[in-house]
Amino acid sequence: MTHRAADQSAGLVTDDVPAAAPPTVDAAGGSPAGGNARPATRAGSRLLRLLEALWRPALLLAALFAGWWFAAEREYMPNYLLPTPGQVWATMTEDWSFLMRNTYVTLYETVIGFVLAALLGLGTAVLIVYSRTLEKAVYPIVLFAQVIPKIAIAPLLVAWFGVGLTPKVVLAVLIAFFPVVISGVAGLRSTDPELLDLSATMGAGPWKTFRKIRFPHALPHLMSGLKVAVTLAVVGAVVGEFVGAEEGLGYVLLVANGNLDAALLFADLFLMSLIGIVLFAVVEVAEALLIPWHASRRGGVPLATS
Amino acid sequence: MSTATPTLTGAAVDLTDLTVRFQSKRSRTTAVTDVSLRVDPGEFVTIVGPSGCGKSTLLKIVAGLVAPTSGTVSLLGRPVRRPQQDIGFVFQRPALLEWRSVRRNILLQAEMRGLDRSVAARRADELIALTGLTGFEKALPHELSGGMQQRVALCRALLHQPPVLLMDEPFGALDALTREQLNTELNRIWRDTGTTVLLVTHSIAEAVFLGTRVEVMSPRPGRIVRTFPVDIPPERDYAQVMSDARFDRLATQIRRLLGAGANH
Ligand SMILES: Nc1ncnc2c1ncn2[C@@H]1O[C@H](COP(=O)(O)OP(=O)(O)O)[C@@H](O)[C@H]1O
Ligand SMILES: [Mg+2]
Repeated sequence: MTHRAADQSAGLVTDDVPAAAPPTVDAAGGSPAGGNARPATRAGSRLLRLLEALWRPALLLAALFAGWWFAAEREYMPNYLLPTPGQVWATMTEDWSFLMRNTYVTLYETVIGFVLAALLGLGTAVLIVYSRTLEKAVYPIVLFAQVIPKIAIAPLLVAWFGVGLTPKVVLAVLIAFFPVVISGVAGLRSTDPELLDLSATMGAGPWKTFRKIRFPHALPHLMSGLKVAVTLAVVGAVVGEFVGAEEGLGYVLLVANGNLDAALLFADLFLMSLIGIVLFAVVEVAEALLIPWHASRRGGVPLATS
Repeated sequence: MSTATPTLTGAAVDLTDLTVRFQSKRSRTTAVTDVSLRVDPGEFVTIVGPSGCGKSTLLKIVAGLVAPTSGTVSLLGRPVRRPQQDIGFVFQRPALLEWRSVRRNILLQAEMRGLDRSVAARRADELIALTGLTGFEKALPHELSGGMQQRVALCRALLHQPPVLLMDEPFGALDALTREQLNTELNRIWRDTGTTVLLVTHSIAEAVFLGTRVEVMSPRPGRIVRTFPVDIPPERDYAQVMSDARFDRLATQIRRLLGAGANH
């Protein structure tokens, strides 16, 4: 029967194939469904797209930087309030090892908090999606934990856990947890009901269905939630440091503020933002690696937020 | 590639006095009432009826995905109480996994069932050739046309050589030309595999072209109003069947029965 089939199908393929698709289109590159795919080489078009995505924000940043430099050099505001870029740079180089040590502390707190929030958030999302009873029990608590102003409970956490790592991590988890739960629930619920029916007729157990169907389906949603969560985790760690700490960028910020050391304060702010941006980029890259098949990713450049 | 049928003498599918009601907070819908239907092994039964008459519900009942409010269901001689595994299911939408290639989508069936890998791989390659997907094994679903996606879904449903194939308007979302091609292919696959097929459609032409028997359903609450045996030989050529007088007669009768409400 196979040879007969091959004869018949030869005629069919020509009619029924998307016009532009060659037989082996590869997933990452110039797929016809990518929309604005160009006939350029892959590396070339990638660079081009990256430049295209970056020139506008770069221009705006340059303008802001120039404005800052100009205002500071001319001392429209006193330098103890608005330092010049040169002064910030000088502080950065002089206090490099001090700043790096504190950056490391904040980064460490943030990453631990983020990873815990991701695991706990996903676990909670799974409970909510798989059990009606647990959904009713857990959702109100999750919501309650979210609406409590985290800054207000920071002092309490410091009183409970001391000035070490724990209260910062707890705050980072509390603040980053919610977007993970919400995106996880939305993602896990987005599975095609027909696929779940199909899975049942394949005799697959809940774990196999989760692993092979539900979880991969949830990934695009989940990754969006993780991107929000990672930036929030930085906020959590820094807030924790504000309230009680002996190290970390939040602590340095308070010290710089107390000493009217605007250059240190600016250097510190710059490093805080850098932590957020780098971690965000890491999650973006993870997303590009995990879900290259998703519509939002096809033909995209990893670092462009598109 | 013949399929093992546990009970050679019994019915492949047997529905008796089936009624299904759906109860939601605001309303109560009777989807189907008093449906009795027997499908013998090797038959290709098509069910045609207007939208919402309970066609999908019927297939889900056979698959054990929905429990009837009253009446009995049996598949291959055994009562249906939970999701059944001796079936292949094809839906109107291909329901493929976006992140898996054509081949890996087909092999999902084997992975979920824990079938032998090398046997499954060989079988998948056979089906890929059978449905004209050769050369597209590595393509992702979004790189395929609707017709090709549905071929992948069909391969997935046939991978484990199910004795019964359930199809819910499988070609309803395709253009007329692709639909005719797939009808022809399905007719060939059915003859080659000897699988029992229960196919739901709202296209009269499709129902008559494919079926050895056409069951016509009324609007909701759905019941089977009449059965038409199709006395055209099983090996069917699309152009020939379309110009066959027997086809015309049957199609006209069914169209009259369904009234002006149905399309095609
Ligand atoms: N899970 C469900 N809950 C409530 N009502 C349903 C459900 N499934 C189907 N129905 C209702 O049952 C009727 C028949 O549905 P269906 O079997 O999908 O019809 P068809 O496939 O013939 O278009 C429809 O009125 C539909 O709204
Ligand atoms: Mg339907």
